[in-house]
Amino acid sequence: MAKTIQEINEKIAGRQAVVFTAEEVIEIVRRKGARKAAAEVDVVTTGTFAPMCSSGAYFNVGHTRPRMKLGGGHVTLNGVPAYTGLAAVDIFLGATAVCEGDPKNSIHPGRFAYGGGHVVEDLVAGKDVKLLATAYGTDCYPRQELETWIKLTDMNEAVLFNIRNCYQNYNVAVNNSERVIYTYMGILQPRMRNATYCSAAQLSPLLNDPLYRTIGMGTRIFLGGGIGYVVGPGTQHNPCVPRSENRVPRCGAGTLSITGNLKQMEPRWVRGASFVGYGTTMAIGIGVPIPILDEEILINTSVEDSDITAQVVDYSSAYPENAGAASLAEVTYAELKSGSITVGGRKIPASGLSSYARAKEIASILKSWISEGRFLLTQPVETLPSTDSGMLFKSLSERPVEKFSPISTGFGG
Amino acid sequence: MTKKRLILTFPANLVDQPITYQLVKKFDLMVNILRAQITPEEQGKMTVEISGSAKNFQTGIDFLAGLGVGVRPLAQEVKWIEDRCIECSACTTICPTGALFVTRPEMRVYFDKEKCIACELCLPACPYGAVGTDRDDAL
Repeated sequence: MAKTIQEINEKIAGRQAVVFTAEEVIEIVRRKGARKAAAEVDVVTTGTFAPMCSSGAYFNVGHTRPRMKLGGGHVTLNGVPAYTGLAAVDIFLGATAVCEGDPKNSIHPGRFAYGGGHVVEDLVAGKDVKLLATAYGTDCYPRQELETWIKLTDMNEAVLFNIRNCYQNYNVAVNNSERVIYTYMGILQPRMRNATYCSAAQLSPLLNDPLYRTIGMGTRIFLGGGIGYVVGPGTQHNPCVPRSENRVPRCGAGTLSITGNLKQMEPRWVRGASFVGYGTTMAIGIGVPIPILDEEILINTSVEDSDITAQVVDYSSAYPENAGAASLAEVTYAELKSGSITVGGRKIPASGLSSYARAKEIASILKSWISEGRFLLTQPVETLPSTDSGMLFKSLSERPVEKFSPISTGFGG
Repeated sequence: MTKKRLILTFPANLVDQPITYQLVKKFDLMVNILRAQITPEEQGKMTVEISGSAKNFQTGIDFLAGLGVGVRPLAQEVKWIEDRCIECSACTTICPTGALFVTRPEMRVYFDKEKCIACELCLPACPYGAVGTDRDDAL
């Protein structure tokens, strides 16, 4: 009994669609069995709210009078540098860009109080930010300096663009050294006195569609409180990793690239973050609907925390050295969410970086949007590379560069 | 009787000296160490609660200042800014008293002010600035 996205959309438009969150559907399948539940359920909603460094936004700030070419010049927003290698008034701001003059880690561990992620949050909150720019000036763009307040509504376009998000599973971080370490997985106490993890697990979008059967290029999603779209596979998309019998990857695997209009978003779901000793980043709320086209898709969405495993990695050596696979242990998200894991016979307290409470809230909001007929599903125009793609996630292969080589620098006369 | 929570910072040249002992022995002060971070040849930092007669307390503090020990009051309380908290639970394994805690299986994060000893360990652990001190207001 297969359904099509068009049939599901007709039910959504008529407010007849049966929608559950990825948490609720576990119980539905347990109670009714997969076949019966697959016939009844139309959509399962997922959610995630966690930091992701490959986040950013692009802006068109509007032309000045007289005109000025920010492209190739220098621009800061509230002191945070934006990328200007684009046309006259287009800029890109990355979440990890650090405020100019920040001491960074010269006084370790640095606080990284304000960065690109915070600027995006401030803009979404409707605040004015200070735009400072210098440019070299041309005949068509003569102006060389600019200092002004600007807010989101002043801009022509303000678009969130994450080249990677929604990591399908992730490492569990510990520190097996003798000193405290400061990482993007938080503060890790020496001798494995704590562990951190970062996945919404049974609510996480790609863990509910492990082989990417429904989520692909063009999938309409909840993004930061507004509507967004999946652009395609995110950077480091790595589908061919070891998987469990339920086909769920046992370590970091698929990723999504996503985009959406910042002007629709809400500060509750767009948050700048500061990781002491590491840097700034940003957390975005994302919810992805999964159309229940057949029984297999439904069974995939009923995955539970106890069925999803992750690898415990030492962030004092194995991770920074990147010398190959080095898992200390495999644990389930049920264990992680119980508050402690066991590694080498020792009990280690565990805490999350991904907010399960907010992931659940996002899945519920998306559920209500769909139930109320306000959010229609899309058919992906292209699927994501899956386990048959042969894709390989490579480390950088460094090659020696000879000094003083006569290679042209491009300025040759 | 005076009782105060203080943050003492010890310059590297004092780290190997038994200063707390002298506070007890010379000035008859009760010193309750809430938290200590002392690395040989580097700076040390200690969070303490000192109590004793007002006179002894003052001479004890003067003694510390005279040695070059930095003395500043500990925040009276740590505030949880609920609006800023995304309920990730990162702070909950860092908090030594369980004042910041998570309910299971809902995974909601809460703050029990009564259990908080204002040790401030949660401040650097929160990426979202969802915990602060009353000192922040003064700045």
